[in-house]
Amino acid sequence: MKSNKLLNMRYEGSARRSQTYRTTIVDKIWNFFSSVKVGIWIIVLLLVASAIGTIFPQEMYIPPLSDPTVYYEEQYGILGQLYYDLGFHNLYGSWWYMLLIAALGLSLIVASLDRFVPLYRALKKQRVIRHESFMKRQKYFGVTEVDDNKVELTSIKEALQKKRYNVKEEDGHLFAEKNRFSRWGPYVNHIGLILFLIGGMLRFFPGMYVDEVLWLREGETEQIKGTEEAYYLKSDGFILETYDNNDAKFKDAIEASGQAAVVKNYQTDSVLYKQVGERIAGTDPELKKIKEHPIQVNKPLKFDGYAIYQVDYKLNELQSMTFTMDNKETEESVGELTVNLYNPEKEYELKDGYRVEVMDYFPDFEFNDKGEPTTKSKVPNNPAFILNMISPEHPDGEVAFVAIKQNLEPLGENEYKMSFQNVDTKNVSGLVVRKDNTLWILAIGGAIFMIGVIQGMYWNHRRIWVRRKDNEIWLSSHTNKNWYGLKRELESVTNQTGLQMPIDQSEQKNRY
Amino acid sequence: MKKKNRLIVRTAILAIVFIAVGYTFYTNFFANESGIVQAGDQAPNFILTDLDGNEVELEDYRGKGVFLNFWATYCEPCKDEMPAMDKKYNEYKDKGVEILAVNVSEPRLTAKSFVDRYKLSFPVLLDKSNDVTNHYGVGPIPVTFLIDKDGQVIRKTEASLSEEVIDDYMKQIQP
Amino acid sequence: MAQLSSNLLYIAFFIYFAASIVFAISLFGKKWRKSDEATHSKKWGMWGFTLSAVGFLFQLGYFITRWIAAGHAPVSNLFEFTTFFGMAMVFAFLIIYLIYKSNVIGLFAMPVAIIVIAYASVFPSEIQPLIPALQSNWLKIHVTTAALGEGILAISFAAGLVYLVRTVNQEKASKSTFWLEAVMYTLISTVAFVILSLGFEAAGYSSTYQFVDQNEQQVTVEYTLPALTGPTDGTYVSGNEFGPLVEAPAWMKGEKAAHKLNTLIWSIIGGLVLYGLIRLILRKRIGAAIQPALKNVNEELVDEIQYRAVAIGFPVFTLGALIFAMIWAQAAWTRFWGWDPKEVWALVTFLFYAAYLHLRLSRGWQGEKSAWLAVVGFVIIMLNLVVVNLVISGLHSYA
Repeated sequence: MKSNKLLNMRYEGSARRSQTYRTTIVDKIWNFFSSVKVGIWIIVLLLVASAIGTIFPQEMYIPPLSDPTVYYEEQYGILGQLYYDLGFHNLYGSWWYMLLIAALGLSLIVASLDRFVPLYRALKKQRVIRHESFMKRQKYFGVTEVDDNKVELTSIKEALQKKRYNVKEEDGHLFAEKNRFSRWGPYVNHIGLILFLIGGMLRFFPGMYVDEVLWLREGETEQIKGTEEAYYLKSDGFILETYDNNDAKFKDAIEASGQAAVVKNYQTDSVLYKQVGERIAGTDPELKKIKEHPIQVNKPLKFDGYAIYQVDYKLNELQSMTFTMDNKETEESVGELTVNLYNPEKEYELKDGYRVEVMDYFPDFEFNDKGEPTTKSKVPNNPAFILNMISPEHPDGEVAFVAIKQNLEPLGENEYKMSFQNVDTKNVSGLVVRKDNTLWILAIGGAIFMIGVIQGMYWNHRRIWVRRKDNEIWLSSHTNKNWYGLKRELESVTNQTGLQMPIDQSEQKNRY
Repeated sequence: MKKKNRLIVRTAILAIVFIAVGYTFYTNFFANESGIVQAGDQAPNFILTDLDGNEVELEDYRGKGVFLNFWATYCEPCKDEMPAMDKKYNEYKDKGVEILAVNVSEPRLTAKSFVDRYKLSFPVLLDKSNDVTNHYGVGPIPVTFLIDKDGQVIRKTEASLSEEVIDDYMKQIQP
Repeated sequence: MAQLSSNLLYIAFFIYFAASIVFAISLFGKKWRKSDEATHSKKWGMWGFTLSAVGFLFQLGYFITRWIAAGHAPVSNLFEFTTFFGMAMVFAFLIIYLIYKSNVIGLFAMPVAIIVIAYASVFPSEIQPLIPALQSNWLKIHVTTAALGEGILAISFAAGLVYLVRTVNQEKASKSTFWLEAVMYTLISTVAFVILSLGFEAAGYSSTYQFVDQNEQQVTVEYTLPALTGPTDGTYVSGNEFGPLVEAPAWMKGEKAAHKLNTLIWSIIGGLVLYGLIRLILRKRIGAAIQPALKNVNEELVDEIQYRAVAIGFPVFTLGALIFAMIWAQAAWTRFWGWDPKEVWALVTFLFYAAYLHLRLSRGWQGEKSAWLAVVGFVIIMLNLVVVNLVISGLHSYA
């Protein structure tokens, strides 16, 4: 029986535009992305790909300095090697993953446009009087026999209006509707998503995004990378605090964790300066203090669209070393010198004609493949010196090679030696400089998305048609979701007006 | 007519999306963002001190070609090209080509003893706070900028250079 | 205060248990009812609801007292988060019950919440100090909203399960009956795992092994369940002397691989034993045993509840697990998104429910198909809670 088949109300029964045309290549591409089926496939592919990317750590999360070509094989065996060979170690930055996201964006635009326009038109020019077969084929449909005018249309109208329906009347027929705006929810949220994707795309445009690492030693002032040389940052000290291991509240947990201590705070006490006036590179900047700010995790220093974050640290980096020059035999010291490891002096004058010449300095000492002494970097991780010790007995000096826990006499036995006394260290803060000019559009996109989802999900578009036919009153009803809510509303309205409660036609069919 | 309009709208939307995505892909996968100063740019001026404490300003070299090299003693490829650079320096310094070798923030002593050991005769400048290095957008060293007599960068290279190449480059910036 | 807090949680747990039984009576207990069907189920349903609400209040008491004791919102480690997730589920159920008055949802939702809370008890429950990254107001905002979203989505799983038990044809074995039993088995093996863990813990079981990992580091692992699988070339150090019976296969790398495998094997075996026992008693599939009690359940209403839970939960989840998460990540980790496994799985969950909604709204996937999707959705949420935290290490592995 044809009339028993319920009407598909998804697009108000009207065909989507795109399905009615099929000509040029543009139309073909358009129609492809217009399909919800294609959209769902894109979502599913993205979902699966994203999940695969978490099986093993991405390249950015493997330990720094480890070589990805061997790391995956070493750590995860054959599967790890396969993972690396397939390029999954950098999955989210791969061309095909980005292409999937682009396809999703296109699908969002095309599919939304193709559906929104006809739906908007159909809902805008709704007729009050619908065809009998249209009413019969709604899920909720009921017929009430009335003699004369016992049931007044006006009372039905009032009852519906009390339920906040927008009621239209024509020739003794009613059409009541509410929350039509919830039908726009999906399109609103898609607009939000498109804005979000545009925000993601903007990141790749020049000047939109800054991401720099800044290592700052205590007491030092450094130019802040990425700020076009406009700002300088000084560290007044790096602080690392831990929780008290005997704290009554946390004692058990700290013990159970097996850690020696749990960190409470990482902090760089910083001072921000702005460079004023014109400046030629290489000359000293003229600095104006802007503000002081303790940079902590979760509390970055913010200025002029930039944010500086506390992310890392190095404790006790060598700053200077103190030696004494001693007579080997008598163990007597003839003087003391302190060498700044970032900028040693050429010569250190001691008393009574004793002095030490620094002939060479290797901040991060090693022998290269040619067997020459050299430095690995400019950071004094392993400082080594070639020193010339001048004394009244040896006016030309005695040469000594001095490194940590090492003392060599390359040119023969010396009378004097350098004895290591102590070191002075400083902490280094690892900071990240960020500027992200895309945040505002992402925020707007996210907000619009949330509005759209809530609008579409938390309200329902309900419609009730009432038709007078001879001595019968027909009532049918539709909602886009939450039929249970509609049913309760219909129960309330029919109770008040003495109408028959419409029957759920799909339930009738399904009962067994 | 209606159908034609629809085609125009569709083509426009698809074109915008394709161009935007294409540009994003281009900048992400192909664009070379390795530095701030590139060939064709005017070389930014700087003032640094040499090993003897004298101030050297780039602009004073206007009218000469400048072979601007960034190096450090911990950088093996930098060391490799030094002897050739020195040789060519002596050949070209009378022909209006100057070498400025900027040491990337090492202690004066380290740089000085290296220069003495290699017996280098061209001026070595100390960039103690990495200021000029950053200003020129220099990442991994060695990096060499060829600057012509008008102060324009005509080439930037990140390779360790052989004698022949240096010779060729010097010719290019010879005024 | 901390003691009071954990007592309140115990009480809540047992009240939830009682509520589940009352919901069962409201559906099963028709044989010995005196009143008619509608009055019976209404009366017992009301009791079930009241008990659930009282239990919820007790758990809320646990939450508040623990907050006071710790000085920070108790959602900072796996124990606290998982308990809160269970509480969010109960809260979501209470709301859904107020709308739909459906006892059968209670029969399924409450036991799932109980299993979730029981699972939480396996993790260390000491009050932990907050590491710097967690010291933010976003901790409470992000985590509670995300957990609430997941709790509401979990109700759609409960409703989906009801739908499947109600409608899957149990007369002969099929793919549907198999997978339905698989879901039952998974729930049961979680229970088995909790019982085993707590049992051995109560008995003070512990044995320690030492081995050399692939970074040539000497590592010790402590087993709190008897070691069936041990680390490659591991040596016994101290504690109970049982096992290991076999070494974990060499391709399983990672510091704790053998230990994790051991836990997994115990869960599977425990689950099999418990499931086998239940099957032996029932002498039919678990689904088939429950089905008769649900024969009067309106399947269309259950389908609607299942969809409604997704409709309500999806925006909450998105707000909590993605948007609030991004705002916090921007402040704490310098970027709003960094492809950390937990982040990715929140995205996977989002994409999955987005696909669910499109399939349902545009392609007419309702009833059974939709119910299966709700089950899969919950599996993804649990994967994110269990596997991503315990197996994949990332920024979120605080416990």
